[in-house]
Amino acid sequence: MHFEAPLPLQSGAVLKDYTLVYETYGQLNADRSNAVLVCHALNASHHVAGVHADEQGRPLPKSEGWWDNLIGPGKPLDTNRFFVIGINNPGSCFGSTGPMHTNPATGQPYGADFPVVTVEDWVNAQARLLDQLGITQLAAVLGGSLGGMQALSWTLQHPQRVRHCVAVATAPNLSAQNIAFNEVARQAIVTDPDFHQGHFYAHGVVPRRGLRVARMIGHITYLSDDVMEEKFGRELVGRTLGDAPNYSTQDIEFQVESYLRYQGDKFSDYFDANTYLLITRALDYFDPARLHGGDLAAAMKQALAKFLVISFTTDWRFSPARSREIVKALVDNRHDVSYAEIDAPHGHDAFLLDDPRYHGVVRAYFERIAQELQATQTPLTTSQGQALKVAV
Amino acid sequence: MSQHDVHDVIAQLVPPGSRVLDLGCGNGALLAHLRDARQCTGYGIELDDAKVMQCVQRGVNVIQRNLEEGLSLFEDNSFDVVLQLDTLQHLRNTVDMLRETARVGKQGIVSFPNFAHWPHRLSVLRGRMPVTRSLPYQWYDTPNIRVATFADFEVLAEQNGLRILESFGVHEGEIVTRWPNLMASKAVFKFERR
Repeated sequence: MHFEAPLPLQSGAVLKDYTLVYETYGQLNADRSNAVLVCHALNASHHVAGVHADEQGRPLPKSEGWWDNLIGPGKPLDTNRFFVIGINNPGSCFGSTGPMHTNPATGQPYGADFPVVTVEDWVNAQARLLDQLGITQLAAVLGGSLGGMQALSWTLQHPQRVRHCVAVATAPNLSAQNIAFNEVARQAIVTDPDFHQGHFYAHGVVPRRGLRVARMIGHITYLSDDVMEEKFGRELVGRTLGDAPNYSTQDIEFQVESYLRYQGDKFSDYFDANTYLLITRALDYFDPARLHGGDLAAAMKQALAKFLVISFTTDWRFSPARSREIVKALVDNRHDVSYAEIDAPHGHDAFLLDDPRYHGVVRAYFERIAQELQATQTPLTTSQGQALKVAV
Repeated sequence: MSQHDVHDVIAQLVPPGSRVLDLGCGNGALLAHLRDARQCTGYGIELDDAKVMQCVQRGVNVIQRNLEEGLSLFEDNSFDVVLQLDTLQHLRNTVDMLRETARVGKQGIVSFPNFAHWPHRLSVLRGRMPVTRSLPYQWYDTPNIRVATFADFEVLAEQNGLRILESFGVHEGEIVTRWPNLMASKAVFKFERR
């Protein structure tokens, strides 16, 4: 969807003339009350569920949406009942206006000149898209990690427009340690000789080495120590445990090295370096308590939504303690909140996996929302019945 | 005595419209009852995954937390009533929890199995630990790590600066006010800070 009206950003800069790509699933009901917005995290997109099809309509392999195990017909967020919307955020690299698109001021790709975007800016961009879809109020906003920050921010920036907020594996702001990891990743990218101050497109290169290292460090922090131990242990590549190593400092010796390099290579094939810088910065800057002298409860006061907050015990990047800060701020304001702390072994990655306890709580929560909808709704009439709509 | 009867008895002690915290709220049935029948609001605390999910199904606010870790989520006097029903006997830090209950709530309501109920006394007289409907476990596998009598709680409350507002026993769905320490399988106390 194209927007002619410029988007003023928190930094004071303006994004003029931009496009947002989005997908929808299910059908919007007659009174437009069953819409659920799903906000994406660092390396994800608007393609939250379902599969892409080729020209003959056959499903393409490995094209499942990033939250396909949670969202779809009969799934915990049931698209037979809800109208689900995924929007690619500006600054990303999956179709919405981003650093590789043409900067109208120069006629060249934005590159490093793409303005810094924040969680709040994204929420405002998403709100404009919902305006165009004729959705004045969301049944729920849902997100994990950085997506959870957007979900929280929705309840503060547009309190009247959100009835429920589901915030998974997220935090009210990043800790110093967390910013530190982001800074290492950014340094890996900007010190890559192929980065060219962010204008590498003109040189026909990609700062692949930097992206690779950025992804590797990120990946380590998304897993728990236990799950890495279980997945890789001290397994060697091409040899059994008792065999002598190669005594090489450069070869891949351990399975975990092989895995990380593979993840890094894969990532550097599809992800944009400038987008990585922008999105990690958006993570760093998010801090709704900042304007309230660090008082999160004061910040959450204006929310009108009901909340479901979920964390995972082994997630050390967005730990349960951080989610409990959110819960405390909500409780201090007497807001409705439920909190599930799932004892899952997978670290931060758990929010993308299908743990039955986690999905059970999400299912139960959305069933309650569906009951509320039924109680308030005029008889349901089907609008144009498209199962999956992709609009660019 | 069905769970429903107990709920009715306890619910009578909670003033309509109260802000309630239910420690060890189980499947959320009591909170849902207080919400629907007495317009109460508030939260439950529960550790068990399945019960947390049942609370969410009921639309009851539930916070998954181990009570042994305290009530630091809650400010002083933030609830009209704090419920601690059949929970106290499972907790290691009984006294801390009682103080925390009194800190965050203007009033507290506690219930627990009364060890001095006469069938229990009879059993001990015979030389064996009681196994009854209210204490249904063998001594070696009981989750009830604290056993206390109706009279014991009166002493503990006194020691911790609590004023007992109401107290009675419950047995087979009936309120027991005559010799509750002997005649009731369950003890119920409503108290406030002195």
